[in-house]
Amino acid sequence: MEYSVEVTGLTKKFGNFIAVDNVNFKIPKGEIFGLLGPNGAGKTTTIRMLCGVLIPTLGEIKVAGFDVVKNPEKVKKNIGYMSQKFSLYHDLSVEENLQFYAGLYGLDGNRKTKIKELIYSSGLGGHEKNLVRNLSGAWRQRLALACAIVHDPPVLFLDEPTAGVDPISRREFWEMIYSLAGKGVGILATTHYMDEADFCNTIGLMHNAKLIANDTPTSLKSQIGGSLIEIECDQLKEAQRILERIPGIENIALHGALLHILIVNDKTKKIIDAELTKANFHFQSEIVQPNLEDVFLYKVHSVEKISIQNSPQSSEERVDK
Amino acid sequence: MRKNQELMMKLAIETKQLTKQYLAGKKGSPAIKDVNLVVPAGTLFGLVGPDGAGKTTTLRLLATILQPTAGNAKVVGYDTVREAEKVRKQIGYMAQFYGLYPDLTVKENLEFFAELKGVKPQEKKKRIKDLMSFARLTPFINRRSMNLSGGMQKKLALSCALIHEPDLLILDEPTTGVDPISRRELWHLLTEVINQGKTILLSTPYMDETERCDLVGILYKGEILTVGNPKDLIANLPFEILEIEAKPRKILRSTIIENADVISWRAVGDRLRISVKSAQKSKPGMTKALTKNGAEILNIMQVKKNMEDVYIFLVEHNRGN
Repeated sequence: MEYSVEVTGLTKKFGNFIAVDNVNFKIPKGEIFGLLGPNGAGKTTTIRMLCGVLIPTLGEIKVAGFDVVKNPEKVKKNIGYMSQKFSLYHDLSVEENLQFYAGLYGLDGNRKTKIKELIYSSGLGGHEKNLVRNLSGAWRQRLALACAIVHDPPVLFLDEPTAGVDPISRREFWEMIYSLAGKGVGILATTHYMDEADFCNTIGLMHNAKLIANDTPTSLKSQIGGSLIEIECDQLKEAQRILERIPGIENIALHGALLHILIVNDKTKKIIDAELTKANFHFQSEIVQPNLEDVFLYKVHSVEKISIQNSPQSSEERVDK
Repeated sequence: MRKNQELMMKLAIETKQLTKQYLAGKKGSPAIKDVNLVVPAGTLFGLVGPDGAGKTTTLRLLATILQPTAGNAKVVGYDTVREAEKVRKQIGYMAQFYGLYPDLTVKENLEFFAELKGVKPQEKKKRIKDLMSFARLTPFINRRSMNLSGGMQKKLALSCALIHEPDLLILDEPTTGVDPISRRELWHLLTEVINQGKTILLSTPYMDETERCDLVGILYKGEILTVGNPKDLIANLPFEILEIEAKPRKILRSTIIENADVISWRAVGDRLRISVKSAQKSKPGMTKALTKNGAEILNIMQVKKNMEDVYIFLVEHNRGN
């Protein structure tokens, strides 16, 4: 299999602070890798190293077949990078931003055609002359993506590309990402939207600088240690208080207006139903398929349980560096 | 629900034909137009809408930061233009890109806002102590805010908005860019604020969060499309939902697009989420068509409708018109 990205033993230290700790993963061509994790887990530091902007303390990175440390310039020509804070020029128009990036990447003769093509495929037609300053966030996001792929890079890095964008624009954005992957582009994306993580071929979950999971969404969902019960109840808070006292419940979490409860033994469901009936609540309970938010919480909680046993510091103590 | 009747009778916010146009004359189109919004005291009200719909403009008008072009707004009983000072004393406002001072510590930020808001010196110490334990920031009281994680910064900004014990909180996307775990913690804090009898008006791009609101308003192109309780909004959708997982995806997609029962569809991770008049009636036909076209069905089931379905339905419906 051909890989767009190969990361081996990647480590980054800032003084005594370990931001990325022995991380390994591979992204095959044409696949989307979702990098998830709490704020401060080391996601952005990892991406910066993959782009060749930050030099790793230890480990090896191959991007588009090139060694990032030995050949940073070759790598930069072969990647597209879209950051959290879309690097666009606000006093330039849509077209001028694209021209600027095309120039930066040394695009020659076909520059005009390429820019036209991008404006069309990102649905920016009719906005060519508009200043970025006057564009809404969703349009800026499309333009930022167009600028990141102006040189047809075989590898694309997206750092929280959809933060704060509404569901419809997010869906349209992911359709564009899908079509790029369909053309063989290897993509790494970070996101806090767990429904978006479901679109990825593979998910890497980072926590406290380490990669604590690296698998397909389907397989991750099957790793949740028990059954998940969803409860709809007219008195959610009181129900939660009662349930917290029942033994055999691994975790209780609010999902929108519902409770998600993780149990190890399916018999516990009977006890839950009995307790809520006894309290005279109107409720519905059923066993449901876990989603990726359940997986995220489950995985992070289980490693935090271990780390709390080993050290007095909680993950709260960590900071973004 | 949790509110007493007396509290519900009072209105925390009432706007009449509220309109804001940034550019005068024919050049500009209004950012919001004739918005009539009623938020009863003690309510958690969620404002959603595509980027550029006018959410931030609405919140800023209510927070007395902007002046309306036409119409008026009463906030906590006072006019936002004529009695702006009185409004400001009783509301807490948190901007999307919060105004924390990065080089001040947690404590110094709180002290600064306490002085700005005229909190009496003898009360200040206790307020800061209470808020720190409320937001679980006590161990970080002497840390500079730039060294806090994204989730902790949001908690600090929320605490600063609460320093003068306001009756109403206006929060512009308080959970954007925050990981799922910190997001839960923030919501836990917001629930506590509501339980103290305060009112919250917030905007969010997360549809699962709107399911926890008492009322949700959908803003589109500067106008309110609908306001309602999430449960009613969901129940009133004129369709049911089937989710299908099948291999290969290409055949799944093409079969669904051709099917006459399908009102709309979208990809959700590895599944397709399909709106149909009746899930029960459409299921056998779809199963048959998929099998005939050579797809292997892994899962086909009716699932609950949610606020994302409401949002997409309403916005796309209006977009089409």
